[in-house]
Amino acid sequence: MAATIYFVVRLHNLLAVVMLGGIYSLLAATMFVVLDAVDVAFTEAAVGAGISTVLMLGALSMTTSVEKTDARSTLLPLLFVVLAGFALIYGTLDMPHYGDPIAPIHQHVAPTYLADSLAKTSVPNVVTAVLASYRGYDTLGEVVVIFTAGVGVVLLIGRGRRRPGRKRDGE
Amino acid sequence: MEWAGLYNYWIVIFLMMAGLYVVIASGNLIKKMVGLNIFQASVFLLYITMGKVQGGTAPIIEEGIRVYSNPLPHVLILTAIVVGVATTALGLAIIVRINEAFGSIEEDDLEKPEEAS
Repeated sequence: MAATIYFVVRLHNLLAVVMLGGIYSLLAATMFVVLDAVDVAFTEAAVGAGISTVLMLGALSMTTSVEKTDARSTLLPLLFVVLAGFALIYGTLDMPHYGDPIAPIHQHVAPTYLADSLAKTSVPNVVTAVLASYRGYDTLGEVVVIFTAGVGVVLLIGRGRRRPGRKRDGE
Repeated sequence: MEWAGLYNYWIVIFLMMAGLYVVIASGNLIKKMVGLNIFQASVFLLYITMGKVQGGTAPIIEEGIRVYSNPLPHVLILTAIVVGVATTALGLAIIVRINEAFGSIEEDDLEKPEEAS
């Protein structure tokens, strides 16, 4: 994953950068499988690596595919990023260890879901049970988010297509 | 070693900061979006590693399995992935509009004072 990011930083061909972004998502999906999150891995592979990449390629076809190489100063961003990274690492020193079964995150409501969801919803997959049954309204809200984004995209691009060269006024 | 169990956070922080660097340092708007996606996937990874339990399996109830990983981060991140795609789509649409209006997706070109046109 680190190598992927290195090439994303170095390359100036935007097509390659977008494809590397897709590869990064796919690698993240394999990590999710290793970490027991199979549902998340499915979604990341289909949506993160698939749809996102297609959207990016679509945007590339409407714009340009080569990044202009210029002499921007990279020192300041690098310094900022390293500082922020060290601040975050300092923040992790109090965190529970990886895989620790008595970490606070595993003590609150998760055991209840694991114990009761099969009896209450008769769905063996706990992730599905929580997503579709316990938190069904939240998932409905998520659909509204996607709908809003879709409407926004259509408003932004569709109007420009129909009346090219005309300034948008009255805003 | 006291800190050896924290390596998952440090990997995530490295990936996250690399994504942030792409967002800040590159002048191309599409490359910025790729950086944002990398940053996003790293945050997902942070949540999923927190939900992992040593010796656990995927949270699908089955006979004879005692230890499951925590399902709640998985649910959260499923939602976050989908919302992330929605924001990506909207951001790319804005980039396409910027390109139509100004003919460039480079920050430096966009920041130049506009000549009489």
